[in-house]
Amino acid sequence: MKSARPETFRDEELLADVICRLIGDARHVAVGAASPIPATAALLARERSGGKPFVSLLGSRAHTFFTDGARELFDCAGQGRIDVFFLSGGQIDGEGNINLVNVGDYERPKVRFPGSFGSAYLYYVVPRVILFRVGHSRRTLVPKVDFISAPGGSPDNVFRPGGPVALVTDRCLFDFDRARRRFRLVSVHPGHNLEEIIENTGFEFDRPSDVPVTPAPSADTLRLMRTVVAPMLAEVYPQFAQSVFGVALPLPTA
Amino acid sequence: MARITRSLDEAIAPIADGCSLAVPRETSGAAMAATRALIRRGVKRLHLVALPTSTLQADLLIGAGCIETLETSAVSLGEFGPAPRFTAAILGGTIEMRDATCPALHAQFQAAEKGVPFMPLRGLIGSDLLPHRPDWKVVDNPFGNNDPIVLLPALKPDVALFHAPMADREGNVYIGTQRELVAMAHAAQQTIVTVEEIHGANLLRDPLLAAGTLPGFYVEAVAVEPRGAWPLPLPDRYAIDAAHMAEYARLAATAEGFAQYLERYVYEKRAA
Repeated sequence: MKSARPETFRDEELLADVICRLIGDARHVAVGAASPIPATAALLARERSGGKPFVSLLGSRAHTFFTDGARELFDCAGQGRIDVFFLSGGQIDGEGNINLVNVGDYERPKVRFPGSFGSAYLYYVVPRVILFRVGHSRRTLVPKVDFISAPGGSPDNVFRPGGPVALVTDRCLFDFDRARRRFRLVSVHPGHNLEEIIENTGFEFDRPSDVPVTPAPSADTLRLMRTVVAPMLAEVYPQFAQSVFGVALPLPTA
Repeated sequence: MARITRSLDEAIAPIADGCSLAVPRETSGAAMAATRALIRRGVKRLHLVALPTSTLQADLLIGAGCIETLETSAVSLGEFGPAPRFTAAILGGTIEMRDATCPALHAQFQAAEKGVPFMPLRGLIGSDLLPHRPDWKVVDNPFGNNDPIVLLPALKPDVALFHAPMADREGNVYIGTQRELVAMAHAAQQTIVTVEEIHGANLLRDPLLAAGTLPGFYVEAVAVEPRGAWPLPLPDRYAIDAAHMAEYARLAATAEGFAQYLERYVYEKRAA
């Protein structure tokens, strides 16, 4: 199905396509908790490249090869056998620090998030961590996080083969310069503009003089996502698969 | 050696007020029927260790006032949003929180399994978790040169509690690939398991099943509780009850709604 005519697509589909391109050439992509759009992207990357990379979806029986329980993901990452992982944050700051714990003081928080999950380890040991945050605003992208679940960078003597490579939001794509610990705007998603990005971002970032628009997903990509990937997602993310792709919810007794 | 108990209440009797209780993540088999029974019994001051995260199980126990200390990496309701009673308890300062990260908890259980005092772990240095965990220590790698690394103490819970597909009459428990349940049982002083059903033959005699079996040697008590993980899922057996989780998320958003939930689904002991 080749078509030059632009198709309509949902934000989730655009973001999954952006992340899929960031995954690039990887041997093993792992996806953690509460990450339906990165999961879509990882499964899409596998479909688009004919079965490579290996994809490990946390909480899935069908899309994982792990047999050693919950710890195998972390042991695998510690051995350098996971190339790409995804993290988010209630807050993310301009140095790539992520906060999954609280807003305000730790002892007297104003807002509490679920907790750090595996971030305080995986951010250090997975070579390419893609940060992902919808709800791009000055509340979420802040000058300095209130609590560092995991830092964007580490001193030279701290073992750190991994770290952030990019930040994907619902408005734009940034990449990350690890040496300077600073984000750079790469492209603005269709329907958004630079002024809006500056106004809604709490940290300073670099940008080229001409900021391109993020390319829309191709008709073929949309077809793969909707017909092949969406039914796979329903195992781990039934609510997401239903609301975005219209996949029927599984029965509780399935 | 494990006993097959006549009742759920008999099985959970060793979970005393003030004890440390280890429970697994939602997708590995949470003993929810046993959790409701604990709330009905009015257990108090638990130190709950969720390996490595929790959802409804921790939120229910917190909301029902059973928890004094919570040690885990994250609590949420997954696709159903934040865990409302957990969030309220942290904001209200009514529980003591020991924030962790998933592989740290796994490493602490592994140390206990091996009977060694600690386990080293990469990462963590530069995270604000570290200054809030005085029990975690940074040392210089004795085999390296200027290579700081974190040591985590062994974690030995009083009781481990989980739900599994089946056990045999000897108390051997089939856990499949959910190997962290084995780590929990090895680390804990006592392990209590609820199962869907009793398997007629000895699980250890079948080499295919034995590889996924926790020997009864490590198990104190087994109670048969069909759909014992409900409304949470049990791997390869049943999916999460999405409608129920959505109802919980809605009710538990307020203290009054949560009290109604307890009345309806915990104290009345309604079946799935």
